[in-house]
Amino acid sequence: MKRTTIGKVKYRLNVALVTGITVVCLAIYLVPFLFMIFTSLKTQGQISELGAPIWPAQVPKFTYEGKELDVYTVVFPDGSKRDMAALKKARTYTDFIDITDNPQYTAENPYHWEGYYGSLRRPWKFSPTWENYKIVWETINYPRLLWNTMFYAIMTNVGVLLSCTLVAFGFSRFRFPGRDLLFILLISTMFLPGTVTLIPTYTFFQRIGWVGTWLPLIVPSFFANPYDAFLMRQYFLTLPRELDEAAMIDGAGPLRILWSVVLPQSWAVIVAVTVFHIVWAWNDYFGPLIYLSTRRELQPISVAISTFNGIYGSKPYLIQAASLMALILPVMLFFAAQRFFVQGIVITGVEK
Amino acid sequence: MEELLRFRFRKVSLRKLSVKERREMKQGLAFISPWLIGFLAFTFLPMLATFVFTFLDMRITEGIFNPVRFVGLGNYKTLFQDMNIWRVPGVRINWTQPVVVNGETRQIFAPQVKMDPPGAMWVTIIFGLYALPVGIFLPLLLALLLNSRYLKGQAFFRSLFYMPYVIPFVASVFLWGGMLNPETGWINRFLMLLGVPKVALPQWANDVFWVYPTYVIMGIWGIGNAMLIMLAGLQNVPTELYDAAKVDGAGGWATFWKVTWPMISPVIFYNLILNVVGLFQYFLVPLVVNQGTGRPGGATYFYNLYLYKTFFLYQNMSYGATMAWALFVVILIVTIILFGTAKKWVYYASESA
Repeated sequence: MKRTTIGKVKYRLNVALVTGITVVCLAIYLVPFLFMIFTSLKTQGQISELGAPIWPAQVPKFTYEGKELDVYTVVFPDGSKRDMAALKKARTYTDFIDITDNPQYTAENPYHWEGYYGSLRRPWKFSPTWENYKIVWETINYPRLLWNTMFYAIMTNVGVLLSCTLVAFGFSRFRFPGRDLLFILLISTMFLPGTVTLIPTYTFFQRIGWVGTWLPLIVPSFFANPYDAFLMRQYFLTLPRELDEAAMIDGAGPLRILWSVVLPQSWAVIVAVTVFHIVWAWNDYFGPLIYLSTRRELQPISVAISTFNGIYGSKPYLIQAASLMALILPVMLFFAAQRFFVQGIVITGVEK
Repeated sequence: MEELLRFRFRKVSLRKLSVKERREMKQGLAFISPWLIGFLAFTFLPMLATFVFTFLDMRITEGIFNPVRFVGLGNYKTLFQDMNIWRVPGVRINWTQPVVVNGETRQIFAPQVKMDPPGAMWVTIIFGLYALPVGIFLPLLLALLLNSRYLKGQAFFRSLFYMPYVIPFVASVFLWGGMLNPETGWINRFLMLLGVPKVALPQWANDVFWVYPTYVIMGIWGIGNAMLIMLAGLQNVPTELYDAAKVDGAGGWATFWKVTWPMISPVIFYNLILNVVGLFQYFLVPLVVNQGTGRPGGATYFYNLYLYKTFFLYQNMSYGATMAWALFVVILIVTIILFGTAKKWVYYASESA
């Protein structure tokens, strides 16, 4: 009886410990999101000021006779505090005036405070600068980037689905000499460094006038890639052959079997390939960079964001706003389709 | 991966095929033809062309394509003597830094590593010393944590740890880059809160020593995939094995090395290969962060970055091709060596069955 109680306490302690460690790890892992959101809503002034709070905030300005005055929280000798505007700043003293409607200290009769104004706190008020997003939206032409990226993702996804379905079906349902050797060759190309084919390929596309168009990015997707072909083949192998054979006895050809027997059972893998592919296309940088470097109006989001951030390197609030705009859609897609991501990884990963 | 390891060449004979088998072969080849054509057009022929380029002199100067000449092994000779690739890094460490306190200069303990610009191959290797252990063991540690029977809400944590994987690397580089900004980033602000003196704060991406950890941190969101694969591997370990280990009186540590590690070694091996192949090709992050300048002090002049600039900037196609071919051979050799060691430590359950 006593033992089980001790066991229970020990179990609960372990649960608290392990779950606690995981929460801390997760918080560190995801804290850049908070950094991004906070920074993207700040003003340049707040970012460069050391004593400023970490959340987006601004100090109210006080306009006096057309001049904008800084506001500080002045501490009076009796310990009371009051937000006042600095009329005259000097190293050893500052003259403050009231910012209320009914001022006690005015320009004629300012409060003379001894000390360096830099040591005073400032009355930061929570105040997000939404305008940053507007600036970025217009500078990078966000709707056009979304369209470019979606177009690239969808066109290449059509190519990948068409070609990889055929190839995976070929590798999983037909027996012929040399098939396994070819399949090994297919998998090996996963480990091939892209640069070993880059120079002739680029030169060739340049000669036929495709550099500066979408074609060198889209056309190759219609010729299958090892990752998705492998994923689909692994999935097709798990489907029972009996239905195929029944259809074959009924006189169905291989294309017919693929279309009416295999594909209707394969929605999970088709969706998995699609979501992975969209994420891949959203992330793809190098191909669009080299083939579309002269055509800014065709560039997808990753290339455009990188250029933008290169230009506005000294304005963190714009960079973080741009980054948020670049990552928001893939993240939303992930939360909408998580289970397909997990399934896809488990199919490819564990069986390798 | 297992198929790669277990594949043995068998004699292929075409003679004995029956009519039915021949039809099956034709149909099979027809279905895989998109890949066959693509492989020839976008992999095999370009590779062959790259190889041929390595024996030529092909370059564009001032917009004009020079006449192509045959130079034999000239490009390889240049490659082996290229100091931009092979220069050995020199390292000096300053243990203390001068600080002015109340008008007098004092030395405080704040180690700083100074490095002479290393060659591109060394840059890649030095970065690998940081990136490979993190790329392999961090996902494993996270997977072990997520697989703990004491963890509540496993599905929730699993999904949130994976989520950043879908973020475009350009965005994550700028997010972590912002966090690591020496002046305005939260990491240095936090270090200041802990009392680290200002001179001792890491300058992260601006410092020849800290730039490698910086790049590792910038890439940390890429571990989601490896973590999920390892987690799935851990969940596939039969519980009978753990029960048996318990009966035999094995402790946690022994159970891990004798049961868990062998059972997930295929997944570790797969991840190791991907990491090594990725390491030799690493250059997009320095290209985005430093516009490919190699700053600070040439410390980020990765091999592939040098290759990229040789081709696109200096427009020397033949030397670029030679670098690419050399990289391919290096990756091939390293991969073959790793596959060779796999027999010693990678355990495939189906082999014994």
